Amino acid sequence: MSQTRYTKDHEYIRVDGDIATIGITDYAQAQLGDVVFVELPAPGLEVAKGGQAAVVESVKAASEVYAPVSGEVIEVNPELEAVPATVNEDPAGKGWFLKLRVADAGELDDLMDEAAYQDFLKTLG
Amino acid sequence: MTDAKPDPHSEPDAPLALTPLHALHRELGAKMAPFAGYDMPIHYPAGILAEHLHARAAAGLFDVSHMGQAFLTGPDAVRHFETLVPGDMCALAEDRIRYTQFLNRDGGILDDLMATRWPGSQSGEERLFLVVNAARKAHDFAHVTARSPELALVAVTDRALLALQGPKAADVLSRILPGLADQPFMSMRRVAHEGAELYVSRSGYTGEDGYEISLPGALAEAFARRLLADPDVKPVGLGARDSLRLEAGLCLYGHDIDESTTPVEADLLWSISKRRRAEGGFPGASRVQRQIAEGPARRRVGLALDGKAPAREGAEIVSPDGAPLGRVTSGGFAPSLGRPVAMGYVDAAFASPGARVDLLVRGRPLAATVVPMPFVPTRYYRGK
Repeated sequence: MSQTRYTKDHEYIRVDGDIATIGITDYAQAQLGDVVFVELPAPGLEVAKGGQAAVVESVKAASEVYAPVSGEVIEVNPELEAVPATVNEDPAGKGWFLKLRVADAGELDDLMDEAAYQDFLKTLG
Repeated sequence: MTDAKPDPHSEPDAPLALTPLHALHRELGAKMAPFAGYDMPIHYPAGILAEHLHARAAAGLFDVSHMGQAFLTGPDAVRHFETLVPGDMCALAEDRIRYTQFLNRDGGILDDLMATRWPGSQSGEERLFLVVNAARKAHDFAHVTARSPELALVAVTDRALLALQGPKAADVLSRILPGLADQPFMSMRRVAHEGAELYVSRSGYTGEDGYEISLPGALAEAFARRLLADPDVKPVGLGARDSLRLEAGLCLYGHDIDESTTPVEADLLWSISKRRRAEGGFPGASRVQRQIAEGPARRRVGLALDGKAPAREGAEIVSPDGAPLGRVTSGGFAPSLGRPVAMGYVDAAFASPGARVDLLVRGRPLAATVVPMPFVPTRYYRGK
């Protein structure tokens, strides 16, 4: 059974067993605007919780995407190289960034669930 | 995910100024942000990409009321003004516009501006109409006043400034104000409208044909609504204004040009006439003349990247063997080209088209080629 958690930096992490799929939320893609380039890590890279995992470039600016939890990158989304705008069109689905093998499932407890994230968004106005 | 950096031209706690179109921007759903002390539209719901492409395909309406407008008036005002700028103002015919720069004593650029030779008064006083950058207007006006005590500089604070830019701009404006379709590029016309006078210049900051329209602030919203009612017109924010001018190879003050760059280094020599190059008589003339004679040590160039990753302002430019050459001053994705472009300063030895360089982005080299600008061909009105 999968569960989705969120960071205050607007990354989502969908966990299924010890594999997590990471991307940015719909709120994040709307804030960024048109995504024109995504830089993804090489599979095999170990990322630490809160460390840089990817860079997303919109027409406006470059923004870092942080790893919500620690783990090893096992796959990145090849679609984003060809069609970066997939991040805008379907951030929670086809616009995912990378998959991690989660090192410490306990780190997920620090993250927001769907209801908490929606409440968090309301505080941003 | 981190947010874009805050605007360096706005004081963090100062209240933001509003343009006469502020309520309209909000109504149109604009994403607003501080820029040069004003609360300005960065983009509308369509987004920067769509707004950019619309301005290239039809007509975009920009609110640039934050820019500084002023009249400079007095006896012999044109000749006095020439002591502050390298542009050939004496050769400028009435109602013609010149792009030029205020220079410091080292030839560094204090600001760039558009100066229109206005009709003189009956008493024989000469007059110029100036449009300067928003973030520099207080500085510029104080500078001109201090350097030209014999002239009167009057800031125009009750007028808005709208830009209508794109291949359909002339058709669109002609439907409201007839007779402007054949107005020459870089000329000014005063047009009666709703009991007021509009100052219509055929100029812009996108590389497209178009107009900038100065009008009383009280009329601005109604006029903007009339333009927006035309199906060819869509509102365009500062985000696409920046990507449009980048594609056109135009400088943004505080980024591509500042007090540390001269017009020669900035590749703006085209804006200095033969007479003024020879005669000098402007601040920093000896340095500018020396750079013209000997060539500058560095020059602003266009950069086309091999790959898809953009290089932005601040990225270091190095030679293929890693020697530092300069920095990117503007860069990003060019929506009309579907690929990234940049401009920046490089050592003269690497300033010729075809030179291969690397741009360091997040510690990694991105291969690029020095190319002529504009990146996208300009389509200014050149007559029928």
